[in-house]
Amino acid sequence: MSDYNFAYLDEQTKRMIRRAILKGVAIPGYQVPFASREMPMPYGWGTGGVQVSAACLTPEDKLKVIDQGADDTTNAVSIRKFFERTAGVETTERTNEATVIQTRHRIPEEPLTEDQILVYQVPIPEPLRFLEPRETETRKMHALEEYGLMHVKLYEDISRHGHIATSYAYPVKVEGRYVMDPSPIPKFDNPKMEMAGLQLFGAGREQRIYAIPPFTRVVSLDFEDHPFEASKADHPCDLCGAGDSYLDEVITDDAGGRMFVCSDTDFCAGRQDAGYRGRLNAEEAA
Amino acid sequence: MYVAVKGGERAIDNAHTWLTEERRGDTAVAELGTDQIREQMSLAVNRVMAEGSLYDPDLAALAIKQARGDLIEAIFLIRAYRTTLPRIGTSEPVDTGAMACDRRISATFKDVPGGQVLGPTFDYTHRLLDFKLAADGEVPETPQAEASGADMPRVTEYLNRDGLIQSEPESDETPPDMTRQPMEYPANRALRLQALTRGDEGFVLSMAYSTQRGYAKNHPFVGELRIGAVAVEMDIPELGFAIEIGEITLTECETVNQFTGSKTEPPQFTRGYGLVFGQTERKAISMALVDRALRWEELGEDNLGAPAQDEEFVLSHADNIQATGFLEHIKLPHCVDFQSELELVRRIRADVDNAAMKEAAE
Repeated sequence: MSDYNFAYLDEQTKRMIRRAILKGVAIPGYQVPFASREMPMPYGWGTGGVQVSAACLTPEDKLKVIDQGADDTTNAVSIRKFFERTAGVETTERTNEATVIQTRHRIPEEPLTEDQILVYQVPIPEPLRFLEPRETETRKMHALEEYGLMHVKLYEDISRHGHIATSYAYPVKVEGRYVMDPSPIPKFDNPKMEMAGLQLFGAGREQRIYAIPPFTRVVSLDFEDHPFEASKADHPCDLCGAGDSYLDEVITDDAGGRMFVCSDTDFCAGRQDAGYRGRLNAEEAA
Repeated sequence: MYVAVKGGERAIDNAHTWLTEERRGDTAVAELGTDQIREQMSLAVNRVMAEGSLYDPDLAALAIKQARGDLIEAIFLIRAYRTTLPRIGTSEPVDTGAMACDRRISATFKDVPGGQVLGPTFDYTHRLLDFKLAADGEVPETPQAEASGADMPRVTEYLNRDGLIQSEPESDETPPDMTRQPMEYPANRALRLQALTRGDEGFVLSMAYSTQRGYAKNHPFVGELRIGAVAVEMDIPELGFAIEIGEITLTECETVNQFTGSKTEPPQFTRGYGLVFGQTERKAISMALVDRALRWEELGEDNLGAPAQDEEFVLSHADNIQATGFLEHIKLPHCVDFQSELELVRRIRADVDNAAMKEAAE
């Protein structure tokens, strides 16, 4: 596709996005407004992540794209194809081979290194949005570090349900300052956000970019008597037997039959290649 | 063995091929040319140009064909194309006062200099299906008069002469460009008008309608509605002066609204303004009403808490490409999130059950 610039966006636009990224890295957790472009895929389908990835990619990069932890979900396939066409970069499904990983809703199980960038697709970047719909108000709240409303919400959850009723997009505080939406990852993934890799968040429709630099403190909001708990289905993976990975529940029949499998397909396949077997995969274990 | 309910590359490719086939429909029926769409579906073309923010009837017609007549999808195609175009320069402001009007009406005066010109309008047609049109498309000859060549001065200027209508502050300031800068609130009027002119016709219409029904009522009269061609001029640095580089059709609406006056201003009329690509008068009138409603603060009116007065609400929900994308993205897999919700609900229910059992045992 020679009609388009490398990685689709023109260099001026990339420069604008890179400046927003640098500002985001300089102020961890702060939402930087940026002039998001219309992309050839719909808003809400990863346009923010795609723009951030496009601004980060170099021809030498190796790209991995996952959605719900998997490389072969439709939208992941579509975004990977987009970059294959417009940037011609090498792609991979292996977490440890990728230099840039664009993700929707998951952090890979395998820890990332300092040489990797994790790009999140973000639908609603504002953690306070469902408590206060006005951008003019929430920006003020962040500026004044006025996060009482969020704690009240979490407290009300506990008093009503006995638990904090947020299981994904669980709010975090970054480097002791900004409360941040980690995008709709399950709270199981929250502890992984203190990592060696650079984490970039792109919200195209909402025109915001934010970042967590490597080795930044990321604390999930909680109370002393109700500490944060990263939860997952209480099963091992039925394919690879992993007991510490996030699982998808798959309905296998209409009589209540179900199985649990790793949502991170690369992690699961890697374990199976190494000979690990789960409950429903034993027959192939020879 | 576990079969992933995850779509592969082949599924996507096949879906797209099928889509192409469906778009074409029965091949025994002649294929629709984009020139036919441009000429015979011109109001759809106009809407796509207006909300796509790109004045190009041929591309709009192509987009409509490709989108199977789904206008929001067509607008999306145009937007995605437009964003890749280099900006070679900026035109001079167009002079709608010098418009070659096909249509020009005023609801505030019985007659105006330059005359009331109905033009090609659906107004006063009886909405009866014309079954003859299904059989043949022959058109009767339209009687033609010589163009009068008379000036068509703006109606609101008459009121302005007597100081009866608020005059707008003049400014040579370059307005912000919402396609190049992130939206920030409060937005100035130029930015609001940009957002409204590319906003969804249905949304802007409904917002305008809500003001008529009493949610921030602002008593609008259509001071003037004009549709016609205006010249686009651009300053060419090599020449040192502006030359005409083309012509576009615009619809402009100025509403005249009551204003009871404030501490600093005497009672006078105020304006709402709508300007949209193509013949798009429903949109232009709607835009003018919403523009006027959003001006409550600068005019010292009360905030009645009406949706149409709420700039952030109106502007952040007017764009149908943003709206449709986000709405439709919930079709994408959310199994990871749902799984975590499932576990949470199960855990809360288990707690409730345990508590109930304990209570029963006591």
